[in-house]
Parts: sequence; C-alpha cells; structure tokens
Amino acid sequence: MIPTIPQSRAFKTIYAGYVTLFFIYLAAPLVVVSVFAFNDSLFPSLPWNGFTLDWFIGDGQGETYKGLFHEDGILESIGVSLFVALMVTILCVFVGTCNAFLFERENFPFKNALYVLMLLPLVVPGIILGISILVFSNTVANGVEDLLGWDLEFLRPGLLLVVLGQFSFITTIATLVISARLRKFDRTLEEAAMNLGASKWRAVRTITLPYLRPAMIGAGLIAFLMSFENFNTTLMLVGSDSPLTITMFDRLREGSTPVLNAVSLFLMLVSCGLALINIMLQREKHD
Amino acid sequence: MTDTPTPAIDLECVNLTKTFGKFCAVDNISFSIPAGSFFSILGPSGCGKTTLLRMLAGFLEPTSGELTIKGRSMLGVPPNKRPVNMVFQHLALFPMMTVAENIAYGLECQGVDKSEIAPKVKAVLERVGLPDSGNKRPDQLSGGQKQRIAIARCLVLEPDVLLLDEPLGALDLKLREHMKVELKHLQNQFNTTFIYITHDQSEALVMSDQVAVMNAGKFEQVGTPQELYYTPQTDFVASFVGENNRWRANVANAHQGRLDLVLDSGISFQGIAANDAQFKTGDGVDVFVRPEAIMLSKTPMQTGEFDNILEGEVDCLLFDGAKSRVLVKDPSSDHELNVTLPQTGEFNDLQEGQPIYLGWKFDQAKCFAARDGQAGA
Amino acid sequence: MAPLLIWLLSLIIIPHIDMFILSLQEKVAPRVYETGFSNYAEFFTEPLYWNTFARTALMSILATALTLLIGFPVSYYIAKMVRGRVRMVLFLLCMIPFWVSELVRTFGWMILLRETGVISSFLQYIGLTDGPIEFLYNDVSIMVGLVYTSMLFMVVPLVTTLDSLDNSLVEAGYDLGGSGFRVLRKIVIPHAMPGIVSGCIVVFMLSLGNYLTPVLLGGKDSLWFTEQIYTQFITRFNWEQGSAFGFLLLILSSLIVWAGLKISRQTLSNTMG
Repeated sequence: MIPTIPQSRAFKTIYAGYVTLFFIYLAAPLVVVSVFAFNDSLFPSLPWNGFTLDWFIGDGQGETYKGLFHEDGILESIGVSLFVALMVTILCVFVGTCNAFLFERENFPFKNALYVLMLLPLVVPGIILGISILVFSNTVANGVEDLLGWDLEFLRPGLLLVVLGQFSFITTIATLVISARLRKFDRTLEEAAMNLGASKWRAVRTITLPYLRPAMIGAGLIAFLMSFENFNTTLMLVGSDSPLTITMFDRLREGSTPVLNAVSLFLMLVSCGLALINIMLQREKHD
Repeated sequence: MTDTPTPAIDLECVNLTKTFGKFCAVDNISFSIPAGSFFSILGPSGCGKTTLLRMLAGFLEPTSGELTIKGRSMLGVPPNKRPVNMVFQHLALFPMMTVAENIAYGLECQGVDKSEIAPKVKAVLERVGLPDSGNKRPDQLSGGQKQRIAIARCLVLEPDVLLLDEPLGALDLKLREHMKVELKHLQNQFNTTFIYITHDQSEALVMSDQVAVMNAGKFEQVGTPQELYYTPQTDFVASFVGENNRWRANVANAHQGRLDLVLDSGISFQGIAANDAQFKTGDGVDVFVRPEAIMLSKTPMQTGEFDNILEGEVDCLLFDGAKSRVLVKDPSSDHELNVTLPQTGEFNDLQEGQPIYLGWKFDQAKCFAARDGQAGA
Repeated sequence: MAPLLIWLLSLIIIPHIDMFILSLQEKVAPRVYETGFSNYAEFFTEPLYWNTFARTALMSILATALTLLIGFPVSYYIAKMVRGRVRMVLFLLCMIPFWVSELVRTFGWMILLRETGVISSFLQYIGLTDGPIEFLYNDVSIMVGLVYTSMLFMVVPLVTTLDSLDNSLVEAGYDLGGSGFRVLRKIVIPHAMPGIVSGCIVVFMLSLGNYLTPVLLGGKDSLWFTEQIYTQFITRFNWEQGSAFGFLLLILSSLIVWAGLKISRQTLSNTMG
C-alpha cells in the first residue's frame, strides 16, 4: 500500500478514481458558486443566459443588475467584518503569544489543568460559546444597571461581544500555532544572547520574537480568516451592525440572487490570497 | 618561593557547590586557572561538568562557595554582566542574522558605537580566517566555519575567560581532529583563557595546558595531560584517561611500594602502589596496565627482562591502523588482556589461538585500593 | 499569566457557569423567578425537544463516521501514495474549502441540489427524468453538507499522522508476511489513532454545533438542536429555556468527546495540542 509495494493495476486505478471523485465532490460547490456569479440571470441557477460582470460592477440603473460594488448593505458589512477580524487578530496573536510563552517556558501550579481548560474552547460548540457570553454579558450589564444605574450599552449584543466571542475560541488556535514553533526554539540561542551581554528582555526581543514571527503572522492570518468566516458564535452575539456572514445569511433566506455568488467569489479570492501568503511564509521558514 | 612570579589568576573557585534537591551535581570544588591557559574539564556525561560551566557563565547560581573572575566576585552577577563568554554545544548561532550581525550582537549590547562595530567585526573575521563570510547566513557555512564564527562572536568582546561546552561534539571525526589543532592555535593567538569541557579525553589531552578530571561532582585529579596519563592519582583517572587493562587482585606481600599480587585465578605478578599508598598483605587492589606498556613475543621471554611474564593465546585481533590491538586470553583463567600491536610488522600474521608471551615491568602495573574494599573478584 | 487567566475566566469559565445558573431559573410570573429544574423537566417532557436532541446527536455521529470513512483513504493517498509536488497540490486542494466561508460552501450546495439546481437540470438534460427533482431539504442533503463542511478537519490531522508513519514499518509488515488488510489494521490504523481521534472529535463538534447547514440545506423541518436554542433565545426570548438547552448540548458533546478519548486511550492534550 505504499509505492514500493507492488499492487494490481485495477486497485491503483480504482483508488485513483476514488480520489478523483473526492476532489470533484470538494470542488463542485465552489465551482458552481463562482460560475454563477457571471450568469446573466436573476437567479443563480440554470439555464445559462450568457456572461456578465453586472453582478460585480452593475449599478442597478437601466438594464443592469445591482452589482456587488453598489450594494451598500453588503459593502458596509464587509467593513464591519474587516474591523471585527482585525480586532480579533490583534487580540488573539497577543494573548496567544503570552500563552505560548507561559505554557512552554514557565512552571506553575495546575499547569496541566489550565492547559486542558485552554484547549476546551475547541470542543465547545460555537453556538454555546455565543450564548454563554451573551448570557454573561447580559448578567453583568443588568447587574451594573441595577447597582449603579448605568446602562452599559457595549455589553448588549453588538460588535464588542462579537469580537469577544470570536476571540474566545480563536485564541486557542493561535496559542497552539505559536506554541508549536516556540517548542522548536533552541533555548541556548537566548542564553547565547544573554551570554553576549543582552538583558533577558533584549534577548527575547532580538532573538526569540524574530524566530516566532512566521508563526505569529501565520496565527494572525488564520485568526483573521476564522473571524471573517465565523457564523455560529457571531449569530448569537450580533447587534445592529452585522458582519458579512450574517448579512449573507439573511439575504440567502430571503432568496438568493447572483450578487451573493459575486460576494462569495470575492471572499474566496481574498481567502485564497491570504492562504497563499501563509503558505509562502511557512515555506520560507523551512529554507 | 620560586623566582618566577606566580602568573595572574583569571578565574578562581572556592568550595563551589551546587545541589538540585538532594542531588549534589557539583560537590565542593576548588580550583584556580592562570591567565592565558587552556584548561579542560574532562568527565563522563552526568558528572556535573555542564552544571559547573553554567555556574561559571551565570546561568546557574551556586548553592554555596565563591567564584571570582580577575579577583571580582561573580556571585549574583547576571550572565549578561559577566566578563565570560560561552561557545555553546550546538553553537547557538542566531539563524535569523548574518554572520556579521551575529558577531556584532554582543558589541551592540555593550553599546559600542556603530562606527566602531564594523571594523571590529571585520578584524575578528580576518583573525579567524573567514574575512569574506560577513554577509553569509550561518546555515551557509560548513561545520568548521560555524565553529570559528561562534568563537569569533565571543572573542570580539575580549572576554577574560572563554567557556567552551563540547563544541566539537557535533562534528565528524576528520573535522574534529582538524578543529582540535585549530582551537589550540586560536587560543594561542588570542591569548585568552579557555575553559573547555568535554567527555572526549583525546580532545582534552591534545589541547589543554591543564586538565581536571571530574567524576560524580568532584575533581578526581587536576594536572597536565602527561601527569594524568602517566601518573593517575585515582583508579577513576586511570580507567577514564586512555586505554587500560584492569584487574582485581589481592596483595600477597608489600615491600616499599613494590607489591606482590595474586589474582583470584592464582596468577601472581608484581605491581607498584600508586601515589605511594600503603598496602598490607590481604588488601584488595585494582591494578591498571596500559596496553602499550606490555611487550609481545612469539617465543618465551627471559625472566630478567621483565618483572611479569604471562603466557596466553591470541583471542582476537583488532586491526585499527596505528591503534591496532590484540586481545590475549589466559587459557587457565579466561582473563583477557588488551595489548597494543607494535608497528614493526612482526605481529601482522597472528592467528587466533596461537600461543603468545607477554611481559611488563612492575612499575607499569599501577595499584589502587579497591573502591569497595573487597578483595578478589 | 494574566492574559491567560483573564481570557479563560471572563470568556470561558464564568460565562458557562452563568449560563448554567440562568438555566436553573424558572419563570413563575413576569420578572419573578425561582430556582429549579423546570427548564430541564420541560426538555424531557416535551417529545419534540427530546427527539430533536437525539436526532442531532445520531446524525452527528453518523456524519463523523461517514467523514472518517470517506476521508481516510484520501488522506492515506495523499500521505503515502503520492509525493513531491503532486502531494503538495492535493493537500492544498483539501485545504481550500477551509479557507472559504461555510456560508459560501453551503450556498454552493444549494445551487447544486435545489429543484432548479444544477444536478436536477442536468438529469433532465440527459433525459433521466422528466420533471425537476428536489434534492434539497431532506436528511441526505444535510448529511452531504455536514460531511462536506467537516471533511478538512478530518483530512488534515489524518494526513499529518499518516505522514509521520515510517514507510519501512509498512514494508516490514509486508515483509513479515502480513496481508494488505492486516498491515492496515495492525500498523497503519494504530499509528494514525491520535489523528483519527482528534479528527473525529472536531468533526463531531462541528456537526453538533452546526446551524447553517441544517437550516439552509434541511429547510424548515431539519429539526436540529442548535435551531431550538436559537429559537428560544432570539425568537421566543426565553433565555432560561435556551440556556438549559445549551447546557444539555454542552453536556452531550463533552460526554461524547470524553467517551471517544477513553475508548481510544488518548488525552485531550495529546490529540489537540
């Protein structure tokens, strides 16, 4: 079952065929989404009415459809998503780096228990994370209001809660990514720096952090994408400004038009671009 | 007392001790190292030599004792403030910096003016014979070159003492032989005190002015390589430094250091008490005879020539060029002896099972009190 | 230390405790609450909730098993059968769905499966059927979507662990006379166990907590438990009931994860970290 062991031709063919089918299965939905973004029709479905870019650039005047770049609602929600993703990324990379140093370098009581706790958000369904944060922030907001009479608007469903909700589980992933690289770091490099006269902090800044940089950027990209795409947690915490996924979901339930295909294609391109950057970075690390 | 002035002492340890919980890694060690010398600490892994070195570098604080460098106490001084630098076991060159940046790192930490750094880096690169590699990355260098850069990175800071933590361990054999000579040259050239730790006795013997043999947290013996080799003071040194044959024997008769010994197989021969130790009849001793101190002969030997004569048969020929040896077995007792083959070609045709005669002088068989005090084995 | 504790306490631990406390509140009159288990009792007495819950769990387990069955051969193919550039490309292709929003993926399936969708039209075009067929809004379509969404999380850990299996072990297995199946069972699968477990856990969690796929592909009658939670919270504004449901879902998922770890003798730190 490895290339060095001979197998029958039939087996190889069937196996290769199976894998091919698998990749068709993987690609099919993405391909149709992309293709129908260019269909000159009001619905993202057959028949094919000809090629058009209207769903991207049309302004809804006259004969054209209202394209993605003129849909204020969608554009606005992209902005919201970008903002949320940026905040989440910064928070996650920062806390993830601190966590990585903590778990890889320090010893403290209950370290293992805390490590398991740190992993927990991975196995808690996103929607539950969402509601628990919703409930808690509501409790706090009500408590503050009852006690002090302040109405803390930011603790009501809205962007802050969305950021916190996404941050709560993406941090785990960032921590794992950064820890993995920190674990490979040769600590004698830091000792060598101190031996050459650097203070502890200078050694970390000039030696360890540059070494971690690819992992930190990688974790940041992953955090950004996960935040951008997140739906489950966001759904429970969202207020009046809705991120892109929520806007799309609402539109989808109302009935889809190819403008959604256009947004999807646009998203795919951005994601793939970020993914490529990430892969390039990982590869540079190996050289 | 003597008319030569005592050399300046670069580094001195007094009763230095380090314990980890109940385990004593470094046990009450005192020594001093004169300026400009090459001092090696030789010992098996786990003997505490790395702990000792890390205390000198400042990565560990001693549990008790005093440590001074150029007369200044180093207790409580953090590693980045000590006038010692270290070449790490795996060199620890910063992979994200060029060679020049690696060398400049320490100077920058010292706050040396930017304009002075570049010429200093250039000068030290020239001195280690790599003037053109400043812009390379460490991973573009060969093993030996990395070694030299790691040393240059320390020496550019002009430390009082340079610590080397088995830096040749990762190199292959040929390069290691070459680097031994080169390290010695570098040390001469810079005239900096080197403290070199290793488990490889050949490295220690070839390069050092003084070697300390360390075992179980203590120094067994400190001396020149010749002293260690020819007059070991403990059985540990005798067995650790160089090849040795070792037997357990009982003293049958003692007269002024010259001992009559009996092996438990009944063979008797003569040896000398090491360190002028006093033995009396019945004491258990460990006897060490160097393989090259034993003469081989295909024909029976004359008693007058050697104090000890043994007849055995060839068990096995271990050919290794200049270091070829033969294992000789005493058929009556199964004792095995490791004997160096002379390079005269006379013994190249030895066959297994062939009878052979061995002889050595009594003062080549050094006797130490058996560690466990038991007689016979 | 501080960031870790703040994060864990304020966003993970306390909210869950608070949710639990809220789930114990009974509404006896407007703005009057008592502590009790009536929200949980409600769950056990109302068959709709109970059935939805069981159905969600079973479907999730089924989706996990299917994902494993479909994904394992593919992972093996990527890890062991091809090398170099081809392998890199195949692996990246597997990753692509991850980089694309779940919403987009689901949307793609809707376009493919619905009555006026691509597959239906294609079948009509080649003459296999006369009228349009609705593939959407049934259990199979939910399953297709769930497996699709989770596939990556199965394939990546599997490829990673299979990759670390030394080829010579497989060769040795054959050399000593083992059949292909025996080698697979005795050498490959035990080696891949950590990957299998972590893949299964993640896939199961994703299926259980999924909201989009059942709602969009399963339609009105998808009966997914997360929908119930959403309904309680957002539509009915019955947070106490919703919290109870959430907590039950959390217990279910923890139990199954725990059981999975026990059966395979792995620990959470091993499989995730």
